Amino acid sequence: MPITHAVEKFSYPECEGDALQVRDLHFSYPDGHSALHGVSFKLCDGDKVALVGPNGAGKSTLMLHLNGILEGKGEIELSGLRLSRDNLPVIRSMVGLVFQNPDDQLFSPTVFEDVAFGPLHMGLPESEVRARVDSALEAVRMSPYKDRLSHHLSVGEKKRIAIATVLSMNPSILVLDEPSAGLDPRARRTLINLLRELPITMLVSTHDMRLVQELFPRTIVMDDGNIVADGLTMDILEDEELLSAHGLERG
Amino acid sequence: MHSDAFDRYHHHDSPLHRLDPRVKVVVVIAFILSNALLPDGAWMAFVLAWLFLFLANALSDLGLGYTFKRSFIALPFALVAVTVLFSIPGTPLSQFHFMMWDFTITDAGLLRFVSIVIRSWLSAQMAILLVAVTRFPDLIHAFEHLRVPAILTTIIAFLYRYLFVLTDEVIRLLRARQSRSAAVSGQRSGGGVLWRARVSGHMAGQLFLRSYERSDRIYNAMLARGYQGQLRTLNPHELHARDWAYAIAAFLFILAVQFVGRF
Repeated sequence: MPITHAVEKFSYPECEGDALQVRDLHFSYPDGHSALHGVSFKLCDGDKVALVGPNGAGKSTLMLHLNGILEGKGEIELSGLRLSRDNLPVIRSMVGLVFQNPDDQLFSPTVFEDVAFGPLHMGLPESEVRARVDSALEAVRMSPYKDRLSHHLSVGEKKRIAIATVLSMNPSILVLDEPSAGLDPRARRTLINLLRELPITMLVSTHDMRLVQELFPRTIVMDDGNIVADGLTMDILEDEELLSAHGLERG
Repeated sequence: MHSDAFDRYHHHDSPLHRLDPRVKVVVVIAFILSNALLPDGAWMAFVLAWLFLFLANALSDLGLGYTFKRSFIALPFALVAVTVLFSIPGTPLSQFHFMMWDFTITDAGLLRFVSIVIRSWLSAQMAILLVAVTRFPDLIHAFEHLRVPAILTTIIAFLYRYLFVLTDEVIRLLRARQSRSAAVSGQRSGGGVLWRARVSGHMAGQLFLRSYERSDRIYNAMLARGYQGQLRTLNPHELHARDWAYAIAAFLFILAVQFVGRF
């Protein structure tokens, strides 16, 4: 039996636009394990939102739905475009999904080829592809690494390249799965600065509560496949009872 | 996200599941050997061998159609035997012309072909039954006790252990590619066939590199825990009177099959 939690009511300022709308999303894995039961939320244009919750809360499962890798029951809309099987390719150009393990993300031999994969797959002309690769690498400050072998980079470098591989597709929303996991303090700092400067809507799953506090005005808390709280980060971090009930610490 | 598409073990509590894995392995090998040794057209013996299989199926509690349904995977391999239809001298049954060759089907050829198909069909079903009623680690143990070289059993054991890790890795790689396989409206997407082939090639290469490095890490972890070239296991298997009884009964049955087939 899934435990049902009451959604804590937190308020946050009204916002404009609808970068992402998820309505009543349900999903069960083929082995019968139920991972999401009725998740609903909305992201405005330019929102930077943290997604926190214990391991197995359904954060990664939710993220894999946002570009249609997994198909559950419910509705997902991106900038008003309803996600369906027919418009998957277009949706995938709008949602930049970065996986937790950068080794999964980087499957080409060189950094250049990996960052160029998305634009090349979209069928863009060569000059455009090169321009996009350059600006994506510039955005993550990895331009000198263009011809390096992704295989031999450090974890922090791989993470930034992984973000560049989706930035080159000019997504309208960036979805990151635990971007700061396994980084040393300096690599983490670089990443935080990078995320702060990127002018793009963002949904970031993380266990790094100090990162949440520093970077994200709004936080969504998930547990057992439900959203249990959604509101201003400062309110949520004040609520000791809520945090401990869902296995979180203030950091 | 664990993939277990390869595991063919079906958990049950039947006499066949409880039987010592060594007995099961030896009996299956003896059964397959006996099938291979039966002369062509020994129909009575084939029927007896099938009866043996039927009894084993009945003892397994998996349902009588279990191995039958799965036996068709072996059929393509039996097709290799098609050449014997034409290559064995005997009374011609029918003749046809294909491109620049003449083919003659002989009665002896047909007899041998049908016998080969029956033998492989029976043997494949028995092997399918063996993996369905024996857990994989037990199977490996059995091979070790039966003096199969440790290097072989170790390779098989590791293959089994890491096959799942590898498939998971493949699934994640494919997922990452899928995520970035986007299109913009009004633009033909997907790239050329050659480009896609190159991407797939790179992915295969990455997979090899990662597996290779993972094997290094695993080996280091084994060394760190004192590995000296031999996997040691506590032997949980003991042959009981019941196991001996089944083994002897099975061998007598197989001997009877041979006797009926030859005289």
